[in-house]
Amino acid sequence: MSTEADARTAAPQCPVAFPLRRPGRPFPPPEYATYRGGAGLVRSELPSGPVWLVTRHEDVRAVLTDPRISADPSKPGFPKAGRTGGAPSQYEVPGWFVAMDPPEHGRFRKTLIPEFTVRKVRELRPVIQQIVDERIDAMLAAGTSADLVESFALPVPSLVISSLLGVPKVDRDFFEDRTRVLVRLSSTDEERDKATQALLRYLGRLIQIKQRRPGDDLISRLIAAGTLSRQELSGVAMLLLIAGHETTANNIGLGVVQLLTNPRWIGDDRIVEELLRYYSVADLVAFRVAVEDVEIGGQLIRAGEGIVPLIAAANHDATAFAAPSEFDPERSARSHVAFGYGVHQCLGQNLVREEMDIAYRTLFARIPSLTLAVPVEELPLKYDGVLFGLHELPVTWK
Amino acid sequence: MRITVDPGRCVGAGQCVLTAPDLFDQDDDGLVTVLAGAADAADPGDVRDAAALCPSGAISVAAD
Repeated sequence: MSTEADARTAAPQCPVAFPLRRPGRPFPPPEYATYRGGAGLVRSELPSGPVWLVTRHEDVRAVLTDPRISADPSKPGFPKAGRTGGAPSQYEVPGWFVAMDPPEHGRFRKTLIPEFTVRKVRELRPVIQQIVDERIDAMLAAGTSADLVESFALPVPSLVISSLLGVPKVDRDFFEDRTRVLVRLSSTDEERDKATQALLRYLGRLIQIKQRRPGDDLISRLIAAGTLSRQELSGVAMLLLIAGHETTANNIGLGVVQLLTNPRWIGDDRIVEELLRYYSVADLVAFRVAVEDVEIGGQLIRAGEGIVPLIAAANHDATAFAAPSEFDPERSARSHVAFGYGVHQCLGQNLVREEMDIAYRTLFARIPSLTLAVPVEELPLKYDGVLFGLHELPVTWK
Repeated sequence: MRITVDPGRCVGAGQCVLTAPDLFDQDDDGLVTVLAGAADAADPGDVRDAAALCPSGAISVAAD
C-alpha cells in the first residue's frame, strides 16, 4: 500500500472476510448491502492477495466493460478463488477464452457466436423439450419421490449441452464428476489438474473420432470450419461443457423451489429473468485485475490490484432494482448482470433462458402435485463453490 | 433517431434481438444488423433498452 496522502488510495475500511456465506435461499450475504450503502468498493483478502470487492450495479458494469481491466489470470495480481491460492489449471488450457482479453478473446468468441444466436437457440427447443420430457418420464416411472437435482435439474442442461456438442450421453457421469471438482473452492491444485487433464484427454479422443466420422454437432462443425487447432478445440469444448451444465442446473433447482413456495407464478413467462436476477448463482465467477490505474465508483484502483465484481451484490442493488429482496417477476429485471456484462457476457445465456422456461413449464404441467419432501429451510445449499445452488432437492408427488 | 450498430464490437449476445425483434437481427455470423426500413418505426424506448442491454456497446442511438 502506498503511503502517499491520497485519500482515495486508502482502504475505506479494514479488509473484510471473503467469500462470505450466503445466509440462506436466496439472499446474498447481508454484508453486500452494507458495502453497497457505504463505499461501494471494499478491500478484502484472498489467499492470492488483496482484492477489491465491487458491489454496486453501476460499478460492476463499469468493471466488466473497462478495457483497462483484464480477465487474463496470467496478469500480475490476478485474484484466485481457490483456498490454496494456486492457479486454477483450467485457465491455462488453450482455447479457454473466458480468461482472454480482446483481441485474442474475439477470435474464439466469434467462432462460436453463430452456434448461439437467438434463432439457433430457438431451433433447439424441440431437443430441449424431448430431454425434459424423457427425464420426467423416468422420474414418474421410478416412483413418487425423487431428488430433483439428481433426476432433473442436473441431467437436463447436461444432456442439452452434450447433445449440442455431440458428446455421448453415456459419458455424462464422467464429465459431471470432473466439473464438480473444478467448481469446488476446496479442491486442491492437484485435484483440479487431474480433472482438467482427464477432460482434455477425453475430448481429444472425441475430436479424433469426429474427424473421421463427423456428426451434426457443434464439435464437428468447428472441426469443419478449421479455424481452431485441435488443442484449442479441446479447450473450447471443455469450457462449453463445464459452463453449460452446472450453472443452469443450479438455476433450475432453485427456480423450482421458488415456484413451489410461490405457486402463483407457475406458468408465468416472466419468471426466468427475475429468477436469474434473484438467485445470481454465479456470484463469484468474474474475477479481474487492473492493468492500468482506473477509477471505479470514485475509488482509485491501482494497476496490478485484483478486482471481484460481485454479481449478486449488483443484482440486489436497490438503485437498479426496487425492493431487490422481493421476488417480483413483474419488474423489469433484464438489466441484471447474472450473465456478466461486457465482451465476456455469457455466450449461452439464451440457451439457459430456453432451458429454464421449458423445464418449469413442463415439470409443473406434467406433475401438478409436485411438493417439497423436506421443509424449505432444510434444503442443503451449496456454500463451497463459485456457484450457488442446491446439493439436493427432495420432492414427492401423488 | 439515428441507430448505429458496430458488428466489429458485437459479441453476439442477442439482447437487441430479444428486446426489439422488429428492428435488430443477427446475420450469418451471429453479429448485429439493423433490419432495413425498421428504424423509422422503432419504439424509442425499446431502442434505448437494446443499447443499454448490449454488453459490448455495439449499439449507439443519437437524436436526429
